Amino acid sequence: METAVTKTGTEDKTWGGGNQPLKVSYGKMMMWFFILSDALTFSGFLAAYGFSRFKFIDSWPIADEVFNHFPFLHGVDAPMYYVALMTFILIFSSVTMVLAVDAGHHMKQKKVILYMFLTIIGGAIFVGSQAWEWKNFIKGEYGAVETRGGQILQFVDAEGHRVGLKEIAIVDTHNERARHERKNGIWFQKEATLPTYTIDEIRAGFEKRSDLLIRTQILNEEGEKTILSRKESLRRLQADAIGTVEGANLQHNEYGTPLFANFFFFITGFHGFHVFSGVIINIIIFINVILGTYERRKNYEMVEKVGLYWHFVDLVWVFVFTFFYLV
Amino acid sequence: MAHDTAHHESNTARIWKVFIILSVITIVEVILGIIKPTFMIETTVISMKLLNWIFIILTVWKAYYITWAFMHMEGETKGLRRSVVWTGIFLICYLIFILLTEGDYVYEVFKAGHKSWDF
Repeated sequence: METAVTKTGTEDKTWGGGNQPLKVSYGKMMMWFFILSDALTFSGFLAAYGFSRFKFIDSWPIADEVFNHFPFLHGVDAPMYYVALMTFILIFSSVTMVLAVDAGHHMKQKKVILYMFLTIIGGAIFVGSQAWEWKNFIKGEYGAVETRGGQILQFVDAEGHRVGLKEIAIVDTHNERARHERKNGIWFQKEATLPTYTIDEIRAGFEKRSDLLIRTQILNEEGEKTILSRKESLRRLQADAIGTVEGANLQHNEYGTPLFANFFFFITGFHGFHVFSGVIINIIIFINVILGTYERRKNYEMVEKVGLYWHFVDLVWVFVFTFFYLV
Repeated sequence: MAHDTAHHESNTARIWKVFIILSVITIVEVILGIIKPTFMIETTVISMKLLNWIFIILTVWKAYYITWAFMHMEGETKGLRRSVVWTGIFLICYLIFILLTEGDYVYEVFKAGHKSWDF
């Protein structure tokens, strides 16, 4: 590179040209500044999440009730465990990445190949786990009722255990309402999927079962959701409820405010996209390592640069983990 | 390239040490998140639960280890380190302060009850 630089007569001065005042190559420095700008983007999202959360500080969904699934343990309440496992997988893939960078400094091609391979596997497992978390979140568990004001009303029994819509509803078999699809009418008209139960079926079932109560979004002083009296429950279900919600999407969310779902999809989605692109970039560099490109170049700095990006993805996850699952 | 002077001896021992530190911090976070000690929830420090402050401090501590050890920020020149870290920290603190203050204000407006939103 130095040979391409025109001599200016100021070479001995720090900013005279042909120097690297920050003692890093151009590529690595630019990776650092890309990471800085990306970190600010993520901070923007997380701070906006914090804003919405402070705005609804006394009615925000409780993460332990939302993310409590673990693979192969159906119906077991296991908050935190799965996301902790995901965090470990990502931290460990960060460790193998830094080991690959370290092996690269010593020009050990075989070791770089092994460690980069492990890193890619870790990243792939993480993206898969995130997809599984999304699936559970979208599908929902118990279902809830939404009011005209967009509030969520959930059902509990006398002991305070959650009760699902399917246990409450008395299905009205005479009132079969078909979903309007394009093929049955004018081609440009269709409607969204119909809910499994109508609000009237839920009302009928709720009146029959006198042990059921309604739980609102509002948190009490112990940080638990407020449970209404039977009388008040019946009143709210008759007067305010307008429809049923199962699972979560960008408009409705059975766990509480739709903003929670929006931020969850947006932030973990954006992070997942970073992990995904990180895996792709890692694969490209991995192939180059196998082909011996960096052996011939006599330095493994490219591994170091993708390593920086990969650690950054881990760094962001540490914060997402804290603000979505812990705090 | 220019960075070659910085490392020759292997850093593997340090890498594993940092991995253990990060794992222990994560395990502590998960345990605290599951048992949620009562006194940590009841104690409030600067309008937030003590438990939440502990989580945030542990997170920043983890972030420090990832940046310094794994991303090798400790080996970079002072100029690069400051231009990346100080810029980031300053802007992030500023943003968080502004948005959380505003969020709290909106909460107070909702709570004042001039406008009904729970119906």
